[in-house]
Amino acid sequence: MSQAKPIITFENVTKRFGKLAAVDDVSLTVNEGEFFALLGPSGCGKTTLLRMLAGFEVPTEGRILIDGQDVSNTPPNKRPINMVFQSYAVFPHMTVADNVAYGLVVDKVAKAERDRRVEEALSLVQLDGLGGRKPDQLSGGQRQRVALARALVKRPRVLLLDEPLSALDAKLRAQMRTELCTLQEKVGITFIMVTHDQDEALALASRCAVMNKGVLQQVASPNDLYEFPSSRFVADFIGQVNLFEGVLAVDEQDHAVIRAPDLPVDLFLDHGVTGARGATLWAAIRPEKIELHKKTGETPPNLGDAPAGTNAVAGVIRHEAYLGGSSTYEVEIAGGRRIKVQRSNLTRWDQEDFALGETVWLCWHACSPAVLLS
Amino acid sequence: MIRKPPPGPLEYLRRWPMRLWLTAVGIFLYAPLIALMAFSFNDSRRNIVWKGFTLDYYDKLFHDSALLEAFANSLTIAAASTVLSVALGAMAALVLWRFRFPGKTALDGALALPIVVPEICMGVAMLVFFARVLPWPQDLPWPLNLGAIIIAHVSFSFPFVAVVVRARMASFNREMEEAARDLGAGEFRTIADVILPHMAPSLVAGALLAFTLSLDDFVITFFTAGPDTVTFPVKVYSMVRFSVTPEVNAASTVLIVLTVLLTAVALKLQGPSAATAGHGGEKP
Repeated sequence: MSQAKPIITFENVTKRFGKLAAVDDVSLTVNEGEFFALLGPSGCGKTTLLRMLAGFEVPTEGRILIDGQDVSNTPPNKRPINMVFQSYAVFPHMTVADNVAYGLVVDKVAKAERDRRVEEALSLVQLDGLGGRKPDQLSGGQRQRVALARALVKRPRVLLLDEPLSALDAKLRAQMRTELCTLQEKVGITFIMVTHDQDEALALASRCAVMNKGVLQQVASPNDLYEFPSSRFVADFIGQVNLFEGVLAVDEQDHAVIRAPDLPVDLFLDHGVTGARGATLWAAIRPEKIELHKKTGETPPNLGDAPAGTNAVAGVIRHEAYLGGSSTYEVEIAGGRRIKVQRSNLTRWDQEDFALGETVWLCWHACSPAVLLS
Repeated sequence: MIRKPPPGPLEYLRRWPMRLWLTAVGIFLYAPLIALMAFSFNDSRRNIVWKGFTLDYYDKLFHDSALLEAFANSLTIAAASTVLSVALGAMAALVLWRFRFPGKTALDGALALPIVVPEICMGVAMLVFFARVLPWPQDLPWPLNLGAIIIAHVSFSFPFVAVVVRARMASFNREMEEAARDLGAGEFRTIADVILPHMAPSLVAGALLAFTLSLDDFVITFFTAGPDTVTFPVKVYSMVRFSVTPEVNAASTVLIVLTVLLTAVALKLQGPSAATAGHGGEKP
């Protein structure tokens, strides 16, 4: 992509319902052509943010700009934005074609052009030939396509999607994910999606904003969000994580050591940390970044990038879940702390079959823990 | 011989208490109606013994100018009060469904009042109101002289419409309204294109309810009617005071057939969804 051109800007937007701030001083920019995801647990304010953008709510404070123009008080029917609702909100008394044409009829687009664009939109979402059907003759997935076509036919500057995949079954959800991506690339319109499902956000979005309790936590690409979370909340909300609270014992240019009371060994890092010596901080290690080894002797395995006696700990497997592609384990270490470990099932006959109650070594690379200051 | 299996959990009709119950309901609900209709064809002045088939009383009925006038009055009042009740009721329901405002609970309660207040009290209240507070001018030409009765009928039937419409709106998906706005429709366009179509079955149901309520109301009409504004039920009552003649039976039969026909037509017009009006909304 060439120069990123901002299309939507939230400037210190706050929305209060009574005393409660559903959205608290959010500033955010979305660029042209992005697939942007607003991610957070339910009640975090992401839907309120989206509804303010669509025009169904007015911000209590701050401004919302579309293409540099303040639209904070513009009614929804005057905004160059269209939305796919969570319930799809397909009009049940109209045919599929009439549903798709509705926005054009309201805009008084001439009949010939209207028909052509409706045709085009229906074929874009692969509903060719179903224009004459009534919504109650369609499946849930098809109804969502109608809602998509109905919004896209107006050629909006931005398309909003409210929990687009939440009502579909698992198989269809996976298929729609790919299709939404392809569709966005094809039409080139900026998509903004609200979701509480982190997998969905990671899979679809080019950039994500994580929200909690009305406050923006982090805005980053899915990769950065997962590997470089900015806070414990983000680390914990996106995927699985083992969090260790500790203090910074050594902090040099090329390495650092964190001492965590939960861990019997030191955590060795291959980079320096910009934090006060002795201050409380957190190390976050993802389950798939911890290796599981059979315990054959008393010497812990060494991955070669950390001094002996660090980054490896013995434990007992207390829980196992076979997930097909991978297995997850909970391993109890000395002191009682349980550590989540994920291991890919690389072969069909696993030579190293780990059993419940077995004592194992856990170890990780010096680059694996992410250090969090809050 | 194969023994019948015992009745399944939902086979109510194969259990004797249920059959008994059903028979009792059938007898007490429909037997009087059927007797009433049957005896309208009885060739006798008295309603006791069957003497033979005749259409005499229907002939008499259609030549009884007083009864016909009462019938015309009833239909006029019913039509006028239906139109007004549906308009008022729908608007009241929309306000209560759509907006939050101070005094909403009070208005909600006040709206249900005409439904729960005993009819006789409503009748007396109407009598006093139109006699003292706002006397309806006498000697107006027809149909203006029916004004007082129409107002009285609207006042007790529009809450029924409001209740039906509100129940229907409860199943309305607010996102549908937002979708219309999002696609470029203004407020009024949204009401016309999305809200009204959803409301339509309840409007028809409410209209039917208002029409039948008005057509067969006796108590309130009795207190508001003058000598020139006799309605059909009031007229039948005055006929019964002398004796229950087959003429009354014939008149009632006409009324029953008319109401049943109207209901059937209304249901037909709405299609299969009418039976569940106010109970479903769209399928998931």
